[in-house]
Amino acid sequence: MIKLKGISASSGIAIGKAYFIGKEEFSIQKREIPYSDISVEIYRLEEALINTRKELIGLQEKVAKELGLSQAKIFEAHLLVLEDRVLIENIIEQIKTKRVNVEYAFSESIKKYKETLLKLNDEYLRERAIDIDDIAKRVLRKLLKTTPSILETKEKVIIVAHDLSPSLAASLPKENILGIVTDIGGITSHTAIIARSLKIPALVGVETATKEIKPSDTIIIDTLDGVVLINPNEKIIKEYEFKLKEYINKTFAFYIPKFTKTITKDKKELIISANIEFPEELELVEKYRAEGIGLYRTEYLFLGRKDLPSEDEQYKEYVLASKIAKEHSVVIRTIDIGGDKFLNQQDTPNEMRPFLGWRGIRFCLSRPDIFKVQLRAILRASYNLNIKIMFPMISGIEELRAAKKILEECKEELRKENKKFDENIPVGTMIEVPSAALTADILAKESDFFSIGTNDLIQYSLAVDRANEKVAYLFDFGHLAILRLIKNVIDIAHQNHIWVGMCGETAGEPIYSFLLLGFGLDEFSMPPPRVPKIRHLIRNISFKEAQEIAAEALKYSNSKDLELYLKTEIRKRVKEFDLISAFL
Amino acid sequence: MLRIEEEVVVNNKHGLHARPAAIFVQIANKFDSSVMLRKENETVDGKSIIAILSLGINTGAKIHLIIEGEDAKEAFSELKNFLESQDD
Repeated sequence: MIKLKGISASSGIAIGKAYFIGKEEFSIQKREIPYSDISVEIYRLEEALINTRKELIGLQEKVAKELGLSQAKIFEAHLLVLEDRVLIENIIEQIKTKRVNVEYAFSESIKKYKETLLKLNDEYLRERAIDIDDIAKRVLRKLLKTTPSILETKEKVIIVAHDLSPSLAASLPKENILGIVTDIGGITSHTAIIARSLKIPALVGVETATKEIKPSDTIIIDTLDGVVLINPNEKIIKEYEFKLKEYINKTFAFYIPKFTKTITKDKKELIISANIEFPEELELVEKYRAEGIGLYRTEYLFLGRKDLPSEDEQYKEYVLASKIAKEHSVVIRTIDIGGDKFLNQQDTPNEMRPFLGWRGIRFCLSRPDIFKVQLRAILRASYNLNIKIMFPMISGIEELRAAKKILEECKEELRKENKKFDENIPVGTMIEVPSAALTADILAKESDFFSIGTNDLIQYSLAVDRANEKVAYLFDFGHLAILRLIKNVIDIAHQNHIWVGMCGETAGEPIYSFLLLGFGLDEFSMPPPRVPKIRHLIRNISFKEAQEIAAEALKYSNSKDLELYLKTEIRKRVKEFDLISAFL
Repeated sequence: MLRIEEEVVVNNKHGLHARPAAIFVQIANKFDSSVMLRKENETVDGKSIIAILSLGINTGAKIHLIIEGEDAKEAFSELKNFLESQDD
């Protein structure tokens, strides 16, 4: 293993494969030109300068959008260099008097200026020589009609380069960059500035990085020690994986334990709760400061056994969950068997299309023997505890009424048996079938709350089986159809004075947090580790701004563009967004 | 034609590096007058960013601002103001 020292330009730890961004070499030949070609060469110069200017303005706009105006100002000096009359006059003069081709005249003039800058006794100004290099490359590419080498990797990598120009750094796909190592540069270099604003660990001034590191080597950047390790052994990688985890935990720690409430900047309060699938996860509710349980899945009680869980056994589990949630509520979803989950082999119907078949509430309504035991257990647990019931897979009002009728029967039985329960236990409808979303106005009148299940809603609305890899790419929350359905459900719920939660995966996706907040979602329920992250995002925006973003979002018919828009809006307000997304 | 020459102390936090130099050039280019900067024995075109950068003007440096033209007065006062201000 080789260990190289460098300067920490942006702090962090990264472990990954080295990916080289090569030094761009131009072969510039000196040619003598005939007198008649002087005007042609000058025209070529002008054309190249104009096109480079256009390119830089485009890049500046991109950076302004993604990183903010102050970062975009980096390119102001670039633009002025292009328009610099001393430089341009110097080039033209060389073309005219020395009769040389424009490429040669240009690179000679640039070289002269660069040398002047490099001689200066000032680190900042010396680094500006890189700016001039960057411009020169852009102009030369235009003159020579070549294209730059760009990052073409789909996996996450650590960039290794002799130097990274600001414009190249800004055009890299951030999502796939774990870290940056460069031979040259200092803490005020643009590479450093951009790496810091993107929160990508960067080690600069490593001097021999591109010599010692070979493409696809596994490398570790540790800016805390200011070192890069080349091809470390398993043991060291393990150590660093641990160190990285610690580092991330520490980085996130500033908000994990701090906040238990979810409040926007303009003081709108909402709830971020946990999705619980197994009892082992209950301890995470407290650990990640979730505000209760927004989706308590009960399938675990039924699956993987031959008999059925008794009323008492279920009762104990529900009470336990509710005690963990303390003052917050637990939304218990009645069993959602079918689809891809079955009680046991003998019950497994031979269905052609199980997701359109005997599942969710349909199963429960046809097996009141099983359904009633569960409802009685939930009701008994609700006594003096904050418990709510939710029915899955409701496709229309008749199913909701039928389920509620059975619930009433259970209540009546318990009354007769003198068993106590919450008489006003709230009953919610899960909105995951398009027909339910489209008749939300009718369902809202007989529900105490809604919870949107996005996975099924997307699968059924877009007719996509996400487990089928040939069509999985079509599974898309950002589809305008889904956004419209969700907005509609939330609006209708509010018109009917009931609250709406979301317990599908999307509720825990950082990129959609502002959008869902803006739609007016009252409760976000997600895997517990995501709670502090989404809470952090929501605490950094006002509800009013989120509403504006949501209104704008509905104008996007293409979800790729929508995602870019949402990312940009989040990055403007939450600098750690990329870090949060990278370590969910 | 008006000609103004005066010594100015650069107070800008980092001197005339890329960004302030860029702003300086932008201001200078608003005016018809010619703008020259002299540091020690070297005089350069104040409307050229590369020329300014090559002077290597750090904070606290004393430079001569030489302006010639119809609007020299206005140009001088704006540029002097900028060089003497503390902002980056």
